[in-house]
Amino acid sequence: MGKRTALYQTHKALGAKIVDFGGWDMPLHYGSQIEEHRQVRRAAGMFDVSHMTVVDLRGAGARDCLRRILANDVGRLPGPGRALYSCMLTPDGGVLDDLITYWMDEQWYRVVVNAATRDKDLAWMREQASAFEVNLAERTDLAMLAVQGPRAVEIVAGVLDSRSREAAGALRPFQAVAAGGLFIGRTGYTGEDGFELILPADEAVARWEELREAGAAPCGLGARDTLRLEAGLNLYGSDMDESTTPLESGLGWTVAWQPEERRFIGREALEAQRARGVARRLVGLVLEGRGVLRDHQKVHAGDAGDGEITSGSFSPTLGRAIALARVPAGTGDRCTVEVRGRELAARVVEPPFVRNGRVLVELD
Amino acid sequence: MSEIPTELRYTSSHEWVEDQGDGTVTLGVTDHAQDALGDLVFVELPEVGQELAAGDACAVVESVKAASDVYAPVKGSVVEVNEELEEHPEYVNEDPYGKGWLVRLELAEGVGLDDLLDAAAYQAVVEAEEE
Repeated sequence: MGKRTALYQTHKALGAKIVDFGGWDMPLHYGSQIEEHRQVRRAAGMFDVSHMTVVDLRGAGARDCLRRILANDVGRLPGPGRALYSCMLTPDGGVLDDLITYWMDEQWYRVVVNAATRDKDLAWMREQASAFEVNLAERTDLAMLAVQGPRAVEIVAGVLDSRSREAAGALRPFQAVAAGGLFIGRTGYTGEDGFELILPADEAVARWEELREAGAAPCGLGARDTLRLEAGLNLYGSDMDESTTPLESGLGWTVAWQPEERRFIGREALEAQRARGVARRLVGLVLEGRGVLRDHQKVHAGDAGDGEITSGSFSPTLGRAIALARVPAGTGDRCTVEVRGRELAARVVEPPFVRNGRVLVELD
Repeated sequence: MSEIPTELRYTSSHEWVEDQGDGTVTLGVTDHAQDALGDLVFVELPEVGQELAAGDACAVVESVKAASDVYAPVKGSVVEVNEELEEHPEYVNEDPYGKGWLVRLELAEGVGLDDLLDAAAYQAVVEAEEE
């Protein structure tokens, strides 16, 4: 038996198919993964993401600590109530994890890291934090719900009390607020508008039911995966890990090189790699014909060399197989993928494939 | 609880077989199999005329989650495939024993269905897996 969120029984009662995810018993889907995917693209879906690890960093040194351990720079945030996506790197420049940091007030940052990397993340952060005046607290008392889709903002607003509703209504993308015992971030992992809500675990079931009655369809981690893939958002452990740097994972944009005097962990390794030239890059693939792309299938890019699919699946929105793949830097706009002994033609595209319900890649 | 029609024969790898009474059999994947796979998005079928030994991989059903081989339950040659699945792989989910059939085989000389599981035996296989 794995670990269970406060909503486990609720998922069971809704008929969820439960699978192990990073040591947690989580819902894969509640009947149809594709239908849940479509719900998020056209209306609103709701995910229990309480398996993710919430860590609060408090103290006068919180900001300096994060400026040291994150490749992106919380110093760039214009004020509290803002969120930042970043990689946390090893000294070699490999990706330890990717995470979201919310700057809440002068002495409080909230970080959300992946469930599967919890142990190593906490150990690493604690070790690094010892050099700063900061206290780290894992918030196992909290649950986390993501409500995503074009109707998500309206649905969440409808279940909040007037004070929280006003605060949530004022949020722009990548902003967050703590109001009325609820933490609300206008963030997500689907390529759609929406909120991520962090709340006391003992309130999760009641909130979930309210949101469901208001029209947010329960969605499992299966739909979450195809949604994030369409949105061109990396999955830790598949698209990048400690053996790859952000520069070869499509995440160069998250590395804050300026100011130069900020010596974040992994910086020297990344600078050296950048100076040498980055040999591989992460791209999107769209399969031209029928079939399904899968993780670890081999990619052939002609004279440029070979690569590998890091995340592959079927895109319900495109009606085609799509993938993220790590390929040689010189790869052109066509390649082939080895699928069960056959070479299938694919186009190389710039992710995302879909954002806010719209297809962003040309299909033919 | 998955549906297991009593008039069909089964394999422990979750194929069903229907005797057409004219020397041919129709086969597909069971309700239990489609449920375990989740939404199908692609079905790869054999060529008509292809000769298969019992246990040969003869089709692939792919869901959003995974690809799974379908094995020939008996020796025979492919006489027909369900071409509608090219456009509608979801038929396998919606109606695994009907619209979602995969392949029709002409049985090889002397081949019968006696070695295959009956519904009760297949039920036991499913229950053992679900434990």
